[in-house]
Order: sequence, then C-alpha cells, then structure tokens
Amino acid sequence: MDREELTEQETALYDRQIRVWGVDAQRRLSKSHILVSGLKGTVVEFCKNVVLAGVGSLTLNDDRPVTDELLSANFLVPPDENMYGGKSVAELCCDSLKDFNPMVRVAVQKGDVSSFDVDFFDKFDVVVVSCCSLTTKKLVNEKCRKLSKRVAFYTVDCRDSCGEIFVDLQDYIYSKKKLEETIECILLYPSFEDAIAMPWRSLPKRVSKLYFAMRVIERFEEAEGRKPGETSTADLPNVLKLRKDLCEAHSLSESQIPDSLLERLLAGTREFPPVCAIVGGILGQEVIKVISGKGDPLKNFFFFDAMDGKGIIEDISKTSS
Amino acid sequence: MASDLSVIEGAKLLMVGAGGIGCELLKTLALSGFKDIHIIDMDTIEVSNLNRQFLFRQSHVGQSKAKVARDAVVRFRPQISITPYHANVKDPDFNVDFFKQFNVVLNGLDNLDARRHVNRLCLAADVPLVESGTTGFLGQVTVHAKGKTECYECQPKPSPKTYPVCTITSTPSKFVHCIVWAKDLLFAKMFGDKNQENDLNVRTSDAASSSEHAEDVFESKKDEDIEQYGRRIYDHVFGYNIEVALSNEETWKNRNRPRPVYVRDVLATELIQQNGNVDKDLVAGDPLSVSAMASLGLKNPQDVWSLMENSRIFLEALKLFFLKRQKEIGNLSFDKDDQLAVEFVTAAANIRAASFGIPLHSLFEAKGIAGNIVHAVATTNAIIAGLIVIEAIKVLRKDTSNYRMTYCLEHPSRKMLLMPVEPFEPNKSCYVCSETPLSLEINTKRSKLRDFVEKVVKAKLGMNLPLIMHGQVLLYEVGDDLDEDMVANYEANLEKLLSELPSPVTGGTILTVEDLQQELTCNINVKHREDFDEEKEPDGMILSGWTQPPAAEKDGKESMGNGASTSSASQAIPLETIGDDDIEIVPVVTEGVAPERKRKLSDTSNAVTSDLSSVEHGTSSKKKPQEIDDDSDVVMLEDGDSGISKKKRLR
Repeated sequence: MDREELTEQETALYDRQIRVWGVDAQRRLSKSHILVSGLKGTVVEFCKNVVLAGVGSLTLNDDRPVTDELLSANFLVPPDENMYGGKSVAELCCDSLKDFNPMVRVAVQKGDVSSFDVDFFDKFDVVVVSCCSLTTKKLVNEKCRKLSKRVAFYTVDCRDSCGEIFVDLQDYIYSKKKLEETIECILLYPSFEDAIAMPWRSLPKRVSKLYFAMRVIERFEEAEGRKPGETSTADLPNVLKLRKDLCEAHSLSESQIPDSLLERLLAGTREFPPVCAIVGGILGQEVIKVISGKGDPLKNFFFFDAMDGKGIIEDISKTSS
Repeated sequence: MASDLSVIEGAKLLMVGAGGIGCELLKTLALSGFKDIHIIDMDTIEVSNLNRQFLFRQSHVGQSKAKVARDAVVRFRPQISITPYHANVKDPDFNVDFFKQFNVVLNGLDNLDARRHVNRLCLAADVPLVESGTTGFLGQVTVHAKGKTECYECQPKPSPKTYPVCTITSTPSKFVHCIVWAKDLLFAKMFGDKNQENDLNVRTSDAASSSEHAEDVFESKKDEDIEQYGRRIYDHVFGYNIEVALSNEETWKNRNRPRPVYVRDVLATELIQQNGNVDKDLVAGDPLSVSAMASLGLKNPQDVWSLMENSRIFLEALKLFFLKRQKEIGNLSFDKDDQLAVEFVTAAANIRAASFGIPLHSLFEAKGIAGNIVHAVATTNAIIAGLIVIEAIKVLRKDTSNYRMTYCLEHPSRKMLLMPVEPFEPNKSCYVCSETPLSLEINTKRSKLRDFVEKVVKAKLGMNLPLIMHGQVLLYEVGDDLDEDMVANYEANLEKLLSELPSPVTGGTILTVEDLQQELTCNINVKHREDFDEEKEPDGMILSGWTQPPAAEKDGKESMGNGASTSSASQAIPLETIGDDDIEIVPVVTEGVAPERKRKLSDTSNAVTSDLSSVEHGTSSKKKPQEIDDDSDVVMLEDGDSGISKKKRLR
C-alpha cells in the first residue's frame, strides 16, 4: 500500500477521528469512492457522515424533483422553492454536501440506477441503494457481484420509526485481535436475493419480527407495482392476505409478524428523523469499517425499532446456522 | 408517531452544549418538528471540530458555537425559534427560575463539572434531564427525572486520574508520567505563574548547602544569552536532577536506573550553535502559529523523533517562547491548541522518557495525552442525538414506564449494537437528590478552612457559589452582592485553622454547605483525625457518604486513550458534547459522557473511556446482561461486582 502522508490540513481537520481509527484508515478513506442512490432522510444522514469522515468521492443518484415529503427529513435543502430551479434532489444535495468538506469530491450521476451497466459500478468501492424496488435491489447487487474487485453493497430503508440495513461484502477477510494474537477472520455473505430466499423455518430462532414484516411489505409493493413507501393502512387487508400465504409457504406462525407492526410500516410513510439519524449513523460506521479495514463489519442485516429501542444484528445466511 | 406532533410543537427545550452531540441534536430536533429551542455553549469553533460538528465551516473558526449552530439550522427550518447563549451554563443568570421555563433539558456536554451543575439545577427546578456522552464508537443516553429515576450523581463517577507526586518527580514508569512532568511541572515552572507551588527541583545541591537562599536555576543570568540559558535548563532538568535522584540508592533497588542526559552528549557543537533559524522563518502574527517544528523543518506530527530531534525541538521551542512570546511568559498555562506549547511538552516528555528507558511517542500521541483529547467521530454523535430525541419525546408524553437508558456499543452484545436498559430508581443515599449527610475525617487542628473549601466543597461536591455554616454562624460565602467587610472577614477565615474559626470546627461539628444557585444543601459530620498517609490520602482528609469514584487503575494505554486526566489541571470547561474537543476533554471525559456504569456491566477491561467504561465490550464481559423476557422490550442487567448494592428498577 502506498505510504503517502496526509497533508497538514487533513491532519488538523481529521485529528479527532484519526485518534479513533488511525492514519492508515484515514488514508484508505480518502481513496475510496461511494455511490448512493435514493436520497431520503436516512441516506442524507449517511452522506453527511461519510463526507465528514473524508472519503475520496461521493456520487449521488436521484433524479426526482423536490417535494415536501422528500424534504421532511432532509437538512441539506432549504425549503425555498425559488432556489430549486428545476434541479433534482441529487443536484440540490450535492451543492450542500460539497460545503461540508472541501476535500471530498461530491458529484451527481443522472439516470435510473437499475439501467447502469456492470462497468459503471466498477468505479466504486461502496454502493448504497435506498427507496427502490425489490427488483432493483437484486439487480444492482448482482451487477456489483459480477465485478472482479469487491464492491460492498448495502440497502437501507426506514419506515415509520423502524429501519433496516442489508449488507453484502461477498467474502470479507479481516484481522481481529484476540487477547495477544491477531487472527484472520473470513466472513461469507450471501447476495440480497439469496439471503431473502432463505426458508424462514431455517432461520435462527427469535429473528427480529421486523425482518419478516419488511419482506412481506417488500413483496406487496412489488406485486402491486407500487413505489417504495407508496402504501397506507387501506392496504392492510391485502397485506394480511399476503402474510398468510407467505407464512404458509414457509410454515411460520403468522403471530411472528404482528398486525400492529405491519400496520405501522404501511401507515408511517413519512420518515422519523431520529431514526434516520440512528440508522444513517450505523450505516456510516459500517461503511467506514469496511473501507478502513478496522473493526468487524456487521453480517448481514441490522434492524432498529424506536418502539423498543433495540438496534439488532441478524445473520440471515446459510453459514449462520 | 403523528400523535406526538402536538407535544413536540408545544415543547420548550433547553440544550446545553453545541458541540459534537449538540450539532447533531439541534439538527434532529429541528427536523422532528420542535419549534422552541434554547441552546447554551460557551465555546468557540476550532478546526478540529469541523470533522463532525457539521453545522460549522472553516470560515466560522473563532465564532460562538451556539450562534453559528442556530444560524445554520434556521437556514433549513426558517420557521422555528432557536435562542442561542454564548455563555457558561454555570453563570448565575441560568438559575432555577431560568430552568423552570423548560419542559425538558438535553445535555450534550463534555465535562463532569458542568454535567453535575446542570443535574442539580434540573433537580431544583424539577425539569427532566436527558444526559448523553460519546467516545469513539461508544455512547450512552440516560433519562433523569426527579423522584422517578436516579439522578446523574446517584452513582459514582470516574474522577480525574491523579498520580503520586514521587512517581512524577522521581520514578516515572510510563509515558504519561513524563507528560505530566513536562506539562504540570516543567512547562508550568518555565512559562506559568512563578508563584505557583511546583515540585520541580530547581536548586543545585552545592548552592542549597552552602548559601542561605539557594539560587533558582530557572532565573536567567545577566551575561547569558537565550541559547546558553536553554542549554543550562536542559542540563539541569535532564542531567543534574537525574544525577541527584540516582544518588539515592534506595530508590533504585528494584527499578531500572535512569540515565542522565546532557546537551553535549546529544547534540554536536555546531548543531547547538545553529539550532533553528528563528528570524528567517517567522512572520509576526498569530502567536499560536509560532512553531519549532516549522523552523527545524520537521513536518509529520505522526513521526516519533529521535532523542536528538527532541532535544533540538526542546531548545528551539524554549528559545521561540522567549524571543517571540516573551509577553506571555509568566501567564501561560498548557493549552492543547497551542502548537509551541505542545512541541515543548512533547520534546521534554520524550527526553525524560529516553532517560528512563520509556518508549518515545510522536507529537500527535503526546498531544492527545497532554490535552486529554477524547476521540470523536460524527456517526456516534448522530446516533446518540437520535436516541436523545426519542427519549425527549417520551419525557414530553410523560411515558415514564418506557424511559430507557441506551448504550451504543462498538461490538454487539447479544446481537445488539444499540442496547436499551431500564433506568434505575433514585439512590436513597445520594447526597444530591436525597438528604443524606456526609462525613468528613480531617485534622481540624492542622487544616485550614481554605483546604476544606478547595478540596471538599469545590473539588468533590462540585459547588459553584458555596456558603458554609456552622449552626447559625456563617463561616464563608461567595457572591457578588457581599459588602467589603464581609469579604475581608471570609478571606481571613479561609486562612484560619478549622479549630480556630470564630465558631470552632472540631470533631462532632456538623457543617452545612449550601449552593444557592444549585439550590443544593449538604450536611457534613466532621470527625477529627490526627494522621493521614501522604501517598494514599494526599488530600489530608477523607469525605465519605458521597459517591466516590471507583479506584480502578488503568494501564498506560488506556489512560492515554481516554485521557484519564493527569493532575490538577482538570477544570475542563468547554462544553462540548461529546463532542468535542473539549468534550472531549477528559478529565471529564468525553464528549459527553457517560457516567460510569461499572455496576451494571461488569467487566470493563476494554472500556475505552473513563466516562464510558461502563459500556461493555464485546465478549469481554463475564457477566452478561440478562433479559427479562425475550419478547418484551426491556433488557435487565446484572449489577457488577463493584460492591454497590443492587438498585431497584422501575416497573
């Protein structure tokens, strides 16, 4: 690895975090390239975190025009329509983010993330997608997996006061200090498609109910052709029907996916900013860990629910049992 | 969550601290719909804040954090009201009546002192407090509601680390000891207040034995130039003083003998002559930009310098102080943001370390230790701020049964990275939120009232404007509105022995100590005791009944990391949140921070910060927290082995 030194300016700016993760990690961060697609509150929090941390570049993808709903948990864009000038969410966020840390290159990539070819993703070390369909998640994940280098893939979504993160690092080798010796660890990750195809009965006991609930809603939106989050309590009867089918197919008791939880997730389409901050913070930390090679990364789902306050890691993979 | 909107919109909040946690918190509050927020922070913005205090920019350096944070947030939420105060939360303006106007107080502080003060005001005003702290990837949020949950001071807090004097002056064994010596003895002696007591040996023995008033070698001589003076100081502190120490054979029976270091052994003569190029490189301007590294061409603060490089830096920094910052000499105290001071202390500590066979450290590392710099990253602050808002909303909804204290962990514990725990009931023997008397063992015939005020009332009880009474007799009082006679009278009392006060304090006396601003009163039962062990009981008095810090000794590495603080210089003032630098400052630790929770999560051997040492690290914990019922929301933790009785949990 190259031994370039950090500049004086970088050392001064990053002083406090270098004390957490060291100079080498800071150097690796400054050479990393991140793509995010789908700029709602949680991803905006994530962007802030990695720009502050000093990554090399951040590319934003979200062509949607600004709406009130889109801005409800967004602190990058002032609520002044006169300033929008026909710009997309990504373009408006880009202007603000650049300001946070002049040492990070922030850019916009127009287009639909599902239409980008495999080579496009080769430019990145980390890809984060949010607010997109089940099909898009699978597709982008597959493209990242086709590349010879490892591109870390994440999805993140928040509904009501709940959040979910999925992580695919393919195979990840890292060293871990145990007592005096350093041991090499390897983690094998399934793709998003393989992870969610795991039979529910085969999962560890007491898997977070949120895992199942999110799968039901995801399937529902896919089947109905809805955009992510385009739901309401009126959908509950149909969602309950889908739950029944899925539970039967997986021989899981329906009580594992409470009505009240599904109802919350369907109704609470507006983001809850404290949860965006928490989930965007955890995601930021995970990405920093993976780029810097410091610390054990989470495998492979993370759930937070403000109702019980727990932030839980679930391992949904074949190697977990 | 829509039902919460009316309580959110109608709430009036006080935030204390606009640093690391504070910036994140203010942003999240504004996005969540809060409309009336007041924010107090006495700090101004520094470059090292910018990596996480995202409301601030390079162009704001030097400006008030509270004000700049307000302006930044109002830009994306123009309709809300944010009232900033660029002030110390301990100012008398922020009294109980001021606190009473708020529905909840949210702390994002960086020091114990201010946290205790806010805790007392919240108790007196009966306003719930949400307290927080972070260090690196660790963080914690707690809720303190009078009579319902424990107060911030119900449990022991770690106190600043102190070291026995002789370890610092004669027998250092860790790098931190060398730093303390360089900072609190040598730097203070050379550049600080000359009248301060200082344990540095400044005499030569021949002078001491022969003349009535031994000469202080730190006084410069008439005919010597600054180069000569610097070399003489160098030889005295690193050479002569070590020789003196070596002559005491007893000391070295079980220790490695140090090696005296003299300039002539380290630097070739020509180098001594041409050390640095002061005049060429310097431009008049910001005194804080004067740098010995710059004039010697050393660039990387991460490098560990050789003994020779350290010696050159030492002599150069000393010279620069006298040539470029002459006016400040006599008034300087160590400041981690003062480049030249950091260079001087790093070099001096390293030369001493070399002499004692202790590994040398880089300027970056030395600065962290000397400045008690707490590690800080944006992500942890963002997470903690989100958790604070969630608790604040519960407080506003009076949802007492759902209050949680939440730990943010670096390694998952039972699958959890964010671990909620039920809060504890108030400690019935807490001297702050209950009325339990304290007891004090002290030699009433040898201790002055001043000793009692400094070491007990201020240092331990954390009072800001104290008043001390014996029965009806007022012995001491602080305040703006006292007349001159009173002030003179109290000043005189300070110098009197306890047993010789107008109303003598002896064994069996009950003293009442009160802080009018904090509305806190304590009774102290005095017990006379003749002798104290100088090493083990350096205060010469013992206060019991208050929550004592656990006597957990940390090893060198940890104390570096979290800045377990060194010595007297622990009056960290800045409010930051977890944030910051100051928050980050450790005597208090952490940006924020978190009370010690040893009793709950037992093994803390990996804990990163003193304030957070409670946070469990991964697998290191022997006693795992137990869940009450896996389907419920709550987690219970066992008490640790700290000897504190079990607390009842709220149900």
